[in-house]
Amino acid sequence: MPVNPDLQGRTYPPTAPIRVSAEHIAQFAAAVGASDASSAPPTYAIVVQQAALDALLADPTTGFEIRNVVHGEQRFAYARPIVAGDELTGTMTISSIRTLGANAMLTAETLIVDGSGETVATATSMLLVGADA
Amino acid sequence: MIAVGDVIAERDVHLTRDTLRAYAEASGDHNPIHQDDEVAASVGLPGVIAHGMLTMGLAVQPVVDWVAALRPAPSGSLSERSESKGPRITGYGVRFTRMVVVDAETGADVHITATVGALDAEAGTARIDLTVTAAGETVLGKAQVTVSGLALDTPEAG
Repeated sequence: MPVNPDLQGRTYPPTAPIRVSAEHIAQFAAAVGASDASSAPPTYAIVVQQAALDALLADPTTGFEIRNVVHGEQRFAYARPIVAGDELTGTMTISSIRTLGANAMLTAETLIVDGSGETVATATSMLLVGADA
Repeated sequence: MIAVGDVIAERDVHLTRDTLRAYAEASGDHNPIHQDDEVAASVGLPGVIAHGMLTMGLAVQPVVDWVAALRPAPSGSLSERSESKGPRITGYGVRFTRMVVVDAETGADVHITATVGALDAEAGTARIDLTVTAAGETVLGKAQVTVSGLALDTPEAG
């Protein structure tokens, strides 16, 4: 089944707020070999992006299945570091879909904001979506 | 002062299955292709592979440390530190070009080299290019970190 072209431009509802604890920052920092856990490592923002992508992968109208998805690219733009006490919410938009034969490249861009609505980061994931085997 | 082409940091990281388990716990990504040889083989992988986001996360740490060393000594509260000016990472992107196979016995060795790719003295920004290899092959493509808030001299003639 091909990727649903109507996904392009679709914005999903915001994720449930994710409360960032010092303990989780320390655990994530240790896992990626960071020497300092006073703020979150740069790739910590993937925690919010993953929550946003879960909604896409659970969406029955996408036309593809999670087992056919490969993470092709990941980018982050940071307005400030993530710190303990942050309450982060991600709002994801499917910014582009490009079809390549039976496959597709889907780009999901998530605006991550804190509890006061200020931008913390933008996470952009490019997913390669394969045809059903 | 830094110049384009300077290697600002290098690091070797040894990955084991324990590293993958710790990342799975921390990130919540429990996909069994990062844990279980049989599952990995069943989907056509050459073995258990590292999470791409783990490799991405490890690869930027030498730059995180380099930036931290450029900043004034930490003082005050966390929020003051996060608000304060000075060099910081404002962007990071990679392409996942090759998988890092993590052997159950021998693990995997990842080598990271961080090189100054471009400087913009006026904007105070540097692009740091990461070369990340495992088993002699590049595993991340176009791995670039943007560092902002740098005090850079304008290039001298000659």
